[in-house]
Amino acid sequence: MSDTLLDIRNLGIGLGGDPAHEVVKGLTLGIQPGETMCLVGESGSGKSLTALSVMGLLPKALAPTRGQILLKGEDMLTASSKRMRGLRATAMSMIFQEPMTALSPVHRVGDQIAEVLDAHTNLDGKARRKRVLEMMEHVHLPNVESLYYSYPHQLSGGQRQRIMIAMALILRPQLLIADEPTTALDVTTQKQILTLIRELREEQGTAVLFITHDMGVVAEIADDVTVLRLGEVEETRPVDALLRQPKTPYSRKLLQAVPSLIPRPPRKLNDRPIVLQTTDLGMTYESSGWFRKGRSVVAAKEVNLTLRQGQTLGIVGESGSGKSTVARCIVRLIDPTTGSIRISGTEVASISQRALKPHRRKVQIVFQDPFRSLNPRIEVGESIIEGPTNFGVPRRKAMDRARELMELVGLPGSALDRYPHQFSGGQRQRIAIARAIAMDPDLLVADEAVSALDVSVQAQVLELLDDIQKRLGIGLLFITHDLRVAAQICDDVMVMQHGKVVEYGPAATVLGDPKTEYTRALIEAAPGRDWDFGNFRPVSETMAAMKQQQS
Amino acid sequence: MLGYIVQRILAAIPVMGFVALFVFLLLRLTPGDPAAIIAGDAATPAQLAAIRERLGLTDPIHVQFINWITDLLRGDFGVSIISGTPVINMIGSRLEPTISLALTTITLSIIIAVPLGVIAAWKQGTIIDRLVMAISVVGFSVPIFVIGYVMIQIFAMQLGWFPVQGFRSITEGLGPFAQRIFLPTISLTLLYIALIARITRTSMLEILNEDYVRTAHAKGLTDTRVLMRHALRNCAVPIVTVIGIGFALIISGVVVTESVFNLPGIGRLTVDAVLARDYPVIQAVILLASLVYVVVNLLIDIAYVFLDPRIRYQ
Repeated sequence: MSDTLLDIRNLGIGLGGDPAHEVVKGLTLGIQPGETMCLVGESGSGKSLTALSVMGLLPKALAPTRGQILLKGEDMLTASSKRMRGLRATAMSMIFQEPMTALSPVHRVGDQIAEVLDAHTNLDGKARRKRVLEMMEHVHLPNVESLYYSYPHQLSGGQRQRIMIAMALILRPQLLIADEPTTALDVTTQKQILTLIRELREEQGTAVLFITHDMGVVAEIADDVTVLRLGEVEETRPVDALLRQPKTPYSRKLLQAVPSLIPRPPRKLNDRPIVLQTTDLGMTYESSGWFRKGRSVVAAKEVNLTLRQGQTLGIVGESGSGKSTVARCIVRLIDPTTGSIRISGTEVASISQRALKPHRRKVQIVFQDPFRSLNPRIEVGESIIEGPTNFGVPRRKAMDRARELMELVGLPGSALDRYPHQFSGGQRQRIAIARAIAMDPDLLVADEAVSALDVSVQAQVLELLDDIQKRLGIGLLFITHDLRVAAQICDDVMVMQHGKVVEYGPAATVLGDPKTEYTRALIEAAPGRDWDFGNFRPVSETMAAMKQQQS
Repeated sequence: MLGYIVQRILAAIPVMGFVALFVFLLLRLTPGDPAAIIAGDAATPAQLAAIRERLGLTDPIHVQFINWITDLLRGDFGVSIISGTPVINMIGSRLEPTISLALTTITLSIIIAVPLGVIAAWKQGTIIDRLVMAISVVGFSVPIFVIGYVMIQIFAMQLGWFPVQGFRSITEGLGPFAQRIFLPTISLTLLYIALIARITRTSMLEILNEDYVRTAHAKGLTDTRVLMRHALRNCAVPIVTVIGIGFALIISGVVVTESVFNLPGIGRLTVDAVLARDYPVIQAVILLASLVYVVVNLLIDIAYVFLDPRIRYQ
């Protein structure tokens, strides 16, 4: 394998370089020039650490314990720090997950790209600027002349990621390491960035080590796939072979956990009582100052929705579509500017905070990030009972109920006296759900509640929500940007764009037979939409099989 | 940008107004007759009447306030009860030593403290880091008069390199000025080094964990460049804030340092005025101190706009 570009042999990475505490355990993989290798695995599988170790950028607490990382035959683990500096951006480059935080907020984006040239070439200022502008055009950024002088916060997420890519590829390195580069982006933007990476790879012959947890993205971009689990390689296969015939049970499980884009069959719920109804709900943000004109931003407009007991309504849309605004209005975390919200028949949109208090119990919310939505200094039991005791439930009774709830969400009741950091992400989200359920709500709002979770954990939490809904008969308002998740769990789906409702109806209709351009574009952008991952075959084959069954 | 500055300046006016009102009421709301307080215990009724007349205490209180404010705006801060000289002149003559000390101290502190903080953060947990932290603990905890007297003992009395006390204006030549400002600057600097080095280190530690610092390394930049251009530049806001407030603190009077080194500055003037109950001077010093704070805060706010583009136009 003399032409192998990147050859990782038996790589170990340990806490403090200690072989007894390895997080990456004897990883071996090779990438040929021009090839795209996807590294997939759930959080904690060591995929990011592997990438960082290639660049020599491991966090201080970690160090390689064994093995070799050969880039064109040269071992990165033994290269001097000066040599590594010389290779970065010239022979190998890296782009990261969160393009907002990966760019310095106080420097102009053009200068940030130019800095690469400054560090590695002898070009003068004028030539540097020219090269940067060329590269910015190359990654399809608009108005590059003026964009050069912008700061990252003035750009959209997709533009920022394009800047990162321009920065990474301006010196035409042979290896690009992309660490979840589209995870923080909207689906349509994600599609554009994936296209761009593919395009540049073909044009410059760059090999790509693409790290992702998203099987949809894998299906879109990979030549070969390496599945990682707990720091070890499960299998390395060409993408088609893996998607059709995963060898190991873990790979099978990963693929099966990918929610299907085919919507769930609708349930008959029309006779159930209505728990939530909004009429012409709207939210306009006004900003005004003493000495300048006020500005107003319409975050949501004319939102009409109905949710019945035991029903799940999904609101989908890209960032800025107003879906979270609607959720927050309904929970009255923010006060809507127009319209009405009726919860179990009571109007709550405009009543005072004091009058609202007894109704707070009926609506509970679960947030996206379980790491931040639980108070780190309070035992989880205390977090769970805080609401009920606030409404007058005796402490002991609330604690007994909390223990039951922990078991309901699949955690031991004895874990109530632990702190949030002692749980994993999925467990924390279960606790957040238990906390919400403890209030016996009529309506549960889940605001991107599974977006931060690994697919297998995501599947479990979705199952849990479904189960709780069946048992308690609550209404579930599910905010998500992920159409797969929406298809899996929702009876009705509402699509929002720029604060307005674009389409609203049964999931099977909206997702199965979209009426509007926008919904169609959203579905089209869903990565890996041609694959029916759970059945290990392309959607076309599934459809054909279904037809055959019918006929 | 200009609009932002104008807005900030306009917002400072009500603050100064409140301070002026407070200072005005300080004298009027003190129990007893202000004239009696001003005149002291041994005054005769005729003297009291004269003072009342001079202060306009016979007018209604709002007229008094308007007259007083009008005088202030014309630069008339009244006359010292003790010396009889106009307060504005007294303050004017005390400004130079204080401002000189503030400038030398802050400049020296920045030159020493910022690099110390950066290195400490970069080498977190090493002996260098601990050494910097130890210095800053010493800087915080040893009283300034102790450092001052020890330095006078060693450098002025035993070695004879510097005069023991006193101040010479910079207009009399750089040499004599520098000789006399050196020891007070050094004694005061230690505290500010401690303060600025600590805040630099803390902010740097936070920034060094940011994603964009990792990006900077991934670009193949040298450590120095990553530290100075990416990390330190992003720490500028908290560091500049501390420096600004430190500067305001010195201007509004460092009593101990000025006393130890016998510098005729604002701090000494304040102490003397308070001890002598020289109300017009006290009023003027309070007004001056608040003005300094307002102006420094204004400058810090404006600096933010240049240091962090995200703050612009808000």
